[in-house]
Amino acid sequence: MDLEFDDKLPIYLQIMDHIKMDIATEKLKANDKLPSVREMATILKVNPNTLQRAYQELERLGIVYTQRGMGTFVGERKHMIDDLKQEMAKEVIDSFILRMKRLGFTEEEIIASISKNITEVNKHV
Amino acid sequence: MYNVLEVENLCKSYLNKRALQGANLTLEQGKILGLLGPNGSGKTTFLKIAAGILHPSSGKLLIDGQKPGVYTKSIVSYLPDTEYLFKWMKIKDAIQYFKDFYSDFDEKKAFTLLEFMKLDANSGVKSLSKGMKEKLKLTLVLSRKAKLYILDEPLGGVDPTAREKILDAIINNFSENSSMIITTHLVNDIERIFDEVAFISDGEIVLQGNAEELRSKKNKSIDELYREVFQ
Repeated sequence: MDLEFDDKLPIYLQIMDHIKMDIATEKLKANDKLPSVREMATILKVNPNTLQRAYQELERLGIVYTQRGMGTFVGERKHMIDDLKQEMAKEVIDSFILRMKRLGFTEEEIIASISKNITEVNKHV
Repeated sequence: MYNVLEVENLCKSYLNKRALQGANLTLEQGKILGLLGPNGSGKTTFLKIAAGILHPSSGKLLIDGQKPGVYTKSIVSYLPDTEYLFKWMKIKDAIQYFKDFYSDFDEKKAFTLLEFMKLDANSGVKSLSKGMKEKLKLTLVLSRKAKLYILDEPLGGVDPTAREKILDAIINNFSENSSMIITTHLVNDIERIFDEVAFISDGEIVLQGNAEELRSKKNKSIDELYREVFQ
């Protein structure tokens, strides 16, 4: 797993985001087993307690579930993928709008710049 | 959660030089603490008192509820930042030496770790490079089943690939029943394995906290915080 950390942000949140992303993009599917805390800690070179915390938070949010003695698995809740996508999209858009506003763009200008750029980005993807 | 280490108002003077002036610190079971500070800030003095090598001038330091002594030495595994292996030894002699000394030493684990570190048991200690020596010292220290591991500069003078190996060994062999104190000034390389960090300056703990909470509260990495505290 390749995961570049930004040490300015709590590591467990970044691990959670990474797993959410893998679920949203269906790299991880319902009932897939996640690596054990120890395995994941070694791969990412982070404290096992940090991993534990990330898994616990994901479980609290109903995104994963644990089976005693078996490990941690991706949840199978309905609409989870859509919910995760929506949630992540909202984060991206909110931070985009905030930064555009800080640059002094009005709402109309922001919308206009998106319409203008989306065709250009499409050419490159 | 119980505290493996409790330190209150710890002072240590060498003649007229005051190395520790009222340090306070606690460490819970199952946690890894980064003790961070520049050269001469009192890190090693602090660790030597915890390891039972130096006596404090005043104040209190308890490990598993006891003052440093025979009992605490039996549950503390200490990696000093100096050379302590005899030059005539081969690696396997050093392992035997540790086995004779410490009843909690796990020989099997030591050989597994040696293999992981890619060290040959028949090499002479004298012939090892600095990085290899550091790996051997860590192998010996981690092969004990201790309650508290104290690692003084485990990454000092070691190249980046060896550093990764050493970090892997620490993460793989850390158990939730034990605790660890690691000192370093290479904060960037190792900050992700700390639960807690304590900044030590002029013999005082100036800041202690949970690493993740400090990151979200200050919006800074531990490395950046370190630079801020000690600029």
